[in-house]
Amino acid sequence: MTETLVPALDPATGRPGLSRLSDDDLELLLLIRHFELKLLQLYGRGELNGTTHTCLGQEYVPVALRTLLGPADFVFSNHRGHGHYLARFGDAHGLLAEIMGREGAVCGGVGGSQHIHRDRYLSTGVQGESLPVAAGVALHLRRTDPGALACVYIGDGTWGEGAVYEALNLAALWRLPLLVVVENNGIAQSTPTAAQMAGTVAGRAAAFGVDHHLVVSGDVNEIRAGLEPLVARVREGRPLAAEFVTHRLGPHSKGDDTRPPEAVRAAAENDWYARYAQDHPEHFHRFDGPARALVEGVADEVAARPPSRWSPCA
Amino acid sequence: MRVAENLNAALHGLLDDDPTAYVLGEDVLDPYGGAFKITKGLSTRFPDRVITTPISEGALTGVAAGLALTGNTAVAEIMFGDFAALAFDQLCNFAAKSVSMYGSRLPLRMIVRCPTGGGRGYGPTHSQSLQKHFIGMPGLALYEMSPFHDNREVFAAMVERGEPCLFFEDKILYTRPMGQADPLFTVRRDGELAVVDPALPEPAARPDCVIVAPGGTAHRALGAMRSLLLEEEISCRLLVPSRLYPLEVGALLPYLGEVVLVAEESTAGGTWGGEVAHLVHQRAWDRLRGPVRLVHSAASVIPTAAHLEREVLITESAIHRAVREALRD
Ligand SMILES: Cc1ncc(C[n+]2csc(CCOP(=O)(O)OP(=O)(O)O)c2C)c(N)n1
Ligand SMILES: [Mg+2]
Repeated sequence: MTETLVPALDPATGRPGLSRLSDDDLELLLLIRHFELKLLQLYGRGELNGTTHTCLGQEYVPVALRTLLGPADFVFSNHRGHGHYLARFGDAHGLLAEIMGREGAVCGGVGGSQHIHRDRYLSTGVQGESLPVAAGVALHLRRTDPGALACVYIGDGTWGEGAVYEALNLAALWRLPLLVVVENNGIAQSTPTAAQMAGTVAGRAAAFGVDHHLVVSGDVNEIRAGLEPLVARVREGRPLAAEFVTHRLGPHSKGDDTRPPEAVRAAAENDWYARYAQDHPEHFHRFDGPARALVEGVADEVAARPPSRWSPCA
Repeated sequence: MRVAENLNAALHGLLDDDPTAYVLGEDVLDPYGGAFKITKGLSTRFPDRVITTPISEGALTGVAAGLALTGNTAVAEIMFGDFAALAFDQLCNFAAKSVSMYGSRLPLRMIVRCPTGGGRGYGPTHSQSLQKHFIGMPGLALYEMSPFHDNREVFAAMVERGEPCLFFEDKILYTRPMGQADPLFTVRRDGELAVVDPALPEPAARPDCVIVAPGGTAHRALGAMRSLLLEEEISCRLLVPSRLYPLEVGALLPYLGEVVLVAEESTAGGTWGGEVAHLVHQRAWDRLRGPVRLVHSAASVIPTAAHLEREVLITESAIHRAVREALRD
């Protein structure tokens, strides 16, 4: 079988096919996919407390960034962060235990789906809040760990928060190694981007003299090749907003999808999962079943654990 | 030494002793040295660790939290404490939460300085005492500057706590001397608590009234104590805790009498005094002659014109009156 890095045109859609992934990337993509599907299933069965936001359809964003980030880099994630966490640590057990409040939870079950801290990784559930904190971390890194960067994931809707602009201003002004990854999935909860954003992310970045890079591809290899030189510049103190045009396959959280069916269908048509299965069936099927089985096993094992323990410490 | 000088020296000392310490805020660089000149000389001596910021209270507080998160000691100055409102999210939802919401304790050495209070004619949005809005947040401690507490010591205590601290500095104190010079009274320290008693040859075993006041109100309480003593032979004791929240009420208990009053500059409603009263009632109700009395500013905006401002803010004579009323009942 011949596989090329240069994507071939898909005769059905007229768009380029996806290039062949490394086994590691494919495994990780599938792990995140099946992890998220499992969560929705567990919620459906009433086995999880509270809420969660899955990154179905957006898994390739943190997977593409995985090899561009190193252990010295600080990652700030948001409410839709399972993919970010798994791409960094691959630790499905710890994450599921955190979400289910079981022993072995990354944060004792206190933080849950959207408040996780581990080494140089931190997520929090208030939109925009992490940008100024990341600016502070970037300031520290520039001084003590030259070459390291702070990476913050935010959505399109989060550009409604003033904290984003205060931080962009600081990042440009102080030449901070700050990488803002924008997952523009065209919607914020129920509100389409067009109904909440005047202008564009690019225009807003430009206003601060912050570089902007638009990623429309869903091809991990292609995304990486495009981003690599730009991320290297971030490390030298040139902040960047990398905007991914992406698609939220599932509901905002659980069972709260009010989008018209065409919009959901359009998202599904862009799904890397189906596209990759079509473009690389052998590769896909070699890993898909095992990833599903692995997540099944993780879920069974974690669900059987005793509840996590914690005593209020503040 | 004036309080402002003591505070400035404390910041110098902190930057001197702790190579990870940063000071950041608006207009903090020399030669300006901050709106109240508290950061004077710092940027000249420590150009890398004294950082001037844009007018972005939310972001500068977030940056301080980011520095603390990566193991530094961060001191942020909010030019007027009123603007801490713009940093509320960073304080409440990020800094205070992060100490414990990730399952195990995440120490953050972070101090947010808030020049506070009225009496200088700055008007309704530059004169408030916002302490009460930050009370009761797990992971956030509140301290108040006082003439009886060396600021270097207080800073050390805040850093030692390993959680975000708000430091309220009553602006009126900046130009006042440290300690107190009135020979009528003596000050002693019991841990973090300052205890001020009449300097009588044979002090009464129990003062007639005990006034609890944060640092910024202490001199007004002392003024009232002086006139009460001289004009009416009423002896009062003043207790000034350095940490307002969480309040170590156990430290106050040995010094309380039958009549207790809390004096503070906050406007009425949901005050710190209400919290103090509740704690004292829980621990000492049967020793009290009546409920703890609260004296504070009126339920009003704080006007600019001096004669109007005086009508709203807590004064020495309001404390004097309140003590007399408490003793009459
Ligand atoms: C300050 C704040 N306001 C509102 C919310 C509730 N909320 C959670 S996610 C979300 C939508 C975020 O949209 P976007 O930034 O586009 O990210 P996406 O969910 O699409 O990944 C909202 C409104 C919040 N978490 N924080
Ligand atoms: Mg969105």
